[in-house]
Amino acid sequence: MSMAPSVVSAGFDVEKIREDFPVLKQTIHGKPLVYLDSAATAQKPFAVIEAIRKFHEVDCANIHRGVHELSQRSTAAYEETRVKAKRFLNARSKNEIVFVRGATEGINLVASTWGRKNVKEGDEIVISALEHHSNIVPWQMLCEEKSAKLRVIPMNDRGELILEEYEKLLGPRTRMVAFGHVSNALGTVNPARQIIEMAHRAGALALVDGAQAAPHMKIDVQALDADFYTFSGHKVFGPTGIGVLYGRTKLLLAMPPYQGGGDMIRTVTFEKTTYNDVPYKFEAGTPNIAGGIGLGAALDYVTHLGLDRIAAYEHELLAYGTEALSQIPGLRMIGTARDKAAVLSFVIDGIHPHDIGTVLDRMGIAVRTGHHCAQPVMDWFHIPATTRASLAFYNTRAELDALAEGLRRVKEVFG
Amino acid sequence: MVDDLYQETILDHSKRPRNHHGMEDANRRADGYNPLCGDRLKLYLKVENDIVQDASFEGAGCAISTASASLMTESLKGKTRQEALQLIDKFHNLLTTETPASRDLGKLVVFCGVRDYPARVKCATLAWHTLKSALNGTGEVTSTE
Repeated sequence: MSMAPSVVSAGFDVEKIREDFPVLKQTIHGKPLVYLDSAATAQKPFAVIEAIRKFHEVDCANIHRGVHELSQRSTAAYEETRVKAKRFLNARSKNEIVFVRGATEGINLVASTWGRKNVKEGDEIVISALEHHSNIVPWQMLCEEKSAKLRVIPMNDRGELILEEYEKLLGPRTRMVAFGHVSNALGTVNPARQIIEMAHRAGALALVDGAQAAPHMKIDVQALDADFYTFSGHKVFGPTGIGVLYGRTKLLLAMPPYQGGGDMIRTVTFEKTTYNDVPYKFEAGTPNIAGGIGLGAALDYVTHLGLDRIAAYEHELLAYGTEALSQIPGLRMIGTARDKAAVLSFVIDGIHPHDIGTVLDRMGIAVRTGHHCAQPVMDWFHIPATTRASLAFYNTRAELDALAEGLRRVKEVFG
Repeated sequence: MVDDLYQETILDHSKRPRNHHGMEDANRRADGYNPLCGDRLKLYLKVENDIVQDASFEGAGCAISTASASLMTESLKGKTRQEALQLIDKFHNLLTTETPASRDLGKLVVFCGVRDYPARVKCATLAWHTLKSALNGTGEVTSTE
């Protein structure tokens, strides 16, 4: 099972990186913490914790329109994250970066502004069988309101989307194709560029839910030709409650505002309000300033590590983990796509995922058990739930060995 | 390590659940659903002269929910409707409070360890929520949420 580290990930000093994550240095039930739940939320490096602390301790003020020193510092730090996010996604302009609470709000924003304006009765929205509930329900709500139709790209038993079937779903009524770049439940990496190109050929727009992709690979919205791309800060090692929606400028300009309130306006009288420029017209009210500043530190952190190096390291780690788990009798991987990222989702004959999760927890190993907010994926595989170990660049082979050892113990208890 | 939760009796009943079958002549039934883990359970009762003559269940869940349903169906037989309703409360207290376990619980005291695993309390109570709706005859799917 031993694999020599490849050239790409050589010099990726995981032990040194772990020093940056204070949470990882603790014991749980007397065992060293093995954190394998980064797809739910990623741990935060000191740099992020420190940026948030500094904001509250030194620079705290509300942003925009303040003439005093603290407000200017806060505004500069918050707006600097917009520039960092622009670079992170390779957007054309920082004005294409809208701050939201997370990917869920990013999708809801598009569904309720662009969607309400552009989707008419009989139109069609295409999503995929792999989607997280956050990329199903907002479109379902829109379709219900507009008497539009929701269509679903099917997958094969490896958990890969079937593009030939997708092609057949596209037609003159298709307005939007919304899909996850990487599946949270299975780890499937979708051929985003191809899916978008096919959507465009049919005259539809494409929204990419990048919540599970942004922590693991380099994103380039121009190369993808995405119309919208969204991700959550807390999954890229930043704080919760902040995320990014990228939208093509001409689309953002044509979209009605999202919520009304302060900051999203230019002038207000009781007769009429004129709206602020993009992206501010989508950002009503005092935003999550601390979160935005923390996200900036997180994007700096991963950019400094290098997403290509992260991807290479995690690729090897995933292969190692897949091999280690395949040695366990009765274990079946759920999701065996040829292109996968950071997720080991599995079931074990006769043992319920919740029992697996509880026993592993007592060994200090944190995994997620359940339907992973992707009930249609579970239904497709005829299972109620899986156990999911999800990886980040701070995980090690030794931790995956601990997982395999823990699963052997689970089998002893319930076998 | 997890022996406080997975006591021998619980493991035994999860691996070899008792009364784990349908019941054609049941006169009370209810469905239970735990949206947290997707577990579903069908409960069947035969109640005659206000006494639970027979109880069984179908469905597969985690070790805790299966053992709970198994031990519950065992303990119900011969109880009056009122006694069965009281047992629901006593079982609930066992899982959620520090008060000493009622002697009426019998073998069911093996679930006392669940108290220390808050995420698993709903697994243990699914069958009992379902029992309540079967006894009250609402007949709807009972959710733990």
